[in-house]
Amino acid sequence: MNEKILEKLSILADAAKYDVSCASSGTSRPAVKGGIGTTTGWGICHSFTPDGRCISLFKILLTNHCIYDCAYCTNRRSNDVKRTAFTPRELAELTIAFYQRNYIEGLFLSSGVIRNPDYTMEQMLRVVKLLRDEYRFNGYIHMKAIPGASDELIAQAGRYADRMSVNLEIPSEENLKLLAPEKSYSEVFAPMRFIQQGMLESAEERKKFRSAPRFVPAGQSTQLIIGATPDSDRQILTLASALYRRPSFKRVYYSGYIPVNRGDSRLPALAAPPLVRENRLYQADWLMRFYAFNASEIVNETHPDLDLDVDPKMGWALRHPEFFPVDVNTAPYEMILRVPGIGVKSAKLIVVSRRYGRLSIPQLKKIGVVMKRAQYFIVNRELPMQTVNELTPQYVRRQVTQKQKNRAAALLQYPIEWGE
Amino acid sequence: MVLFLYDKTFEGLLSCIFFAYAQKRFPDMILSATDQQPLFADERYVVDTDKEKASRVWSSLEKKLSKIARKMMMSVWISGLPETEMLLFRYIRKNLDHPQGVELNFGDADVLRVKEIAQQISREAHRIVQFVRFQETADGIWFAPIAPRYNMLPVVVNHFRSRYATQPWILYDTTRNRGLYWDTHTVEEVSFSPADLAELRLGKLEGEKQSDDEQLFQQIWREYFRSITIRERLNLKLQQQHMPKKYWKYLTELQQ
Ligand code: SF4
Repeated sequence: MNEKILEKLSILADAAKYDVSCASSGTSRPAVKGGIGTTTGWGICHSFTPDGRCISLFKILLTNHCIYDCAYCTNRRSNDVKRTAFTPRELAELTIAFYQRNYIEGLFLSSGVIRNPDYTMEQMLRVVKLLRDEYRFNGYIHMKAIPGASDELIAQAGRYADRMSVNLEIPSEENLKLLAPEKSYSEVFAPMRFIQQGMLESAEERKKFRSAPRFVPAGQSTQLIIGATPDSDRQILTLASALYRRPSFKRVYYSGYIPVNRGDSRLPALAAPPLVRENRLYQADWLMRFYAFNASEIVNETHPDLDLDVDPKMGWALRHPEFFPVDVNTAPYEMILRVPGIGVKSAKLIVVSRRYGRLSIPQLKKIGVVMKRAQYFIVNRELPMQTVNELTPQYVRRQVTQKQKNRAAALLQYPIEWGE
Repeated sequence: MVLFLYDKTFEGLLSCIFFAYAQKRFPDMILSATDQQPLFADERYVVDTDKEKASRVWSSLEKKLSKIARKMMMSVWISGLPETEMLLFRYIRKNLDHPQGVELNFGDADVLRVKEIAQQISREAHRIVQFVRFQETADGIWFAPIAPRYNMLPVVVNHFRSRYATQPWILYDTTRNRGLYWDTHTVEEVSFSPADLAELRLGKLEGEKQSDDEQLFQQIWREYFRSITIRERLNLKLQQQHMPKKYWKYLTELQQ
């Protein structure tokens, strides 16, 4: 290792930073004798950057050379940027050195496309083979599958990685064609399907033989860039919910578009990345995964886009006052879960605790219910009849957005002191 | 006011329970003999620790409480908070007196408080696992200082032992001045002299105490941290929310 590495690292980390996925969850590799690392325990973030995002994996590109020319990407061939590449050995060594110091949970390896997809995939495979076979690394590995790479190479990668991802990037095929002329949905979906098939086969095998090799045990994920194209939230969430119906799919990540290539007429000129919209999409995604909401309940023909002023659960509740008020002391869990201001944890606590007696408002607060939001949607003996039905949804909406506006303003005023 | 004095062991606390039920005297305060005692105690009882009686109390708790609830009680115990004794006393008593136990009654302030403290402990354990930074010393031992609020070494030791089985390491609690040393076979307790400790509290090994590559890797890591940040998205408030400032002292990426 020497100082040259510093420069490479700075270029290739900088180019990797727009990939938002960083999670290290969904797998369990217990320690093996003579090896380093485990993935058991919690999904661990080891640091948080000044943009507030978690560093869990050493997210890096093998190279930022690329033969393609995607409009939204810093690495596209028409950009005049410094190019460099790690050798597989350098990258494996860095990963181990970081892991030994407890900086990371593992590696998230991505790359620009060099020569052709197969050649690129082979180079990436070299890194993970070195790590697993030679350094006996037993921590987390997330690998990007390069669209267009052969099934054989993807199959090999799947035996070394915990998670694989293929990024869709653009939420509709026509807009992908416009911004990334060399890519197509069919090329992206092909490895996705192959990974899923491999996972299902491996799960079957492992039912028969416990020692059968695992294939991408933490499943697959993808990323969608938000706001680079006019695609609606309805298109985005419908796509996401279709992906979640596939058995191998664990996460869809939403990445607010950051205009890295200014002056490309195919892209909108944004003053700032659409962070509020991105946040609302994550909230909606959360509702689909943990609150049993359908995409069509969150967005539909009449409401194709998420309301930026209220969270999507509140948005749904305001459009459906007929569901409320909910009596927290008698209603089923699924109904309690739909009350704004009540999360999964507090809904569970309510359901187990009410068996001992009626819960009062102060008790609900202590359990974690956010009364500021919940008060309009629940009944309890002590509560006056001031629910969303008497007060009207419009009134409640004004009440809850007022408070949020103040909070958002406080966040924007926060001084920026990082960097030069 | 009824005061119990005990020896500050968990078995001692369970003995207090046994004593209370046997004597039908329930304490308003439980202290150790070395604590400052209030002047206005009407009744003072010195409760001797009795292993046999303590284990009888524990086995009746085992019948009523889930493993999770018992683990939460142990978290409260290691928290060492001033409220520990009385909170656990009331919690145990409520569970013993209720036919099915009350561990799921989160409408009860004590049950909820036990859960809160257990969560604080597990949150701190999680933060240590996240924010520990090992530095390689010249003699090949990986050293990490920590400064937790609670006594966390016993809580996190297994995590590091299985994860870093092949590298010898020292996890050192600079607040309590004791550490654990894993030599790749067993874990031992260690402590440093006051002079060494003063240096360790700064969080950085000096010059010749470091391995040859250590400085370079620290520098590479800081560079990575800088490069992976997206400037268009700066949100320092969010950063601090996830990574409270009190941990920054020992974080390589935030040192100069
Ligand atoms: S293929 Fe990937 S790295 Fe290459 S230009 Fe497109 S998005 Fe960028």
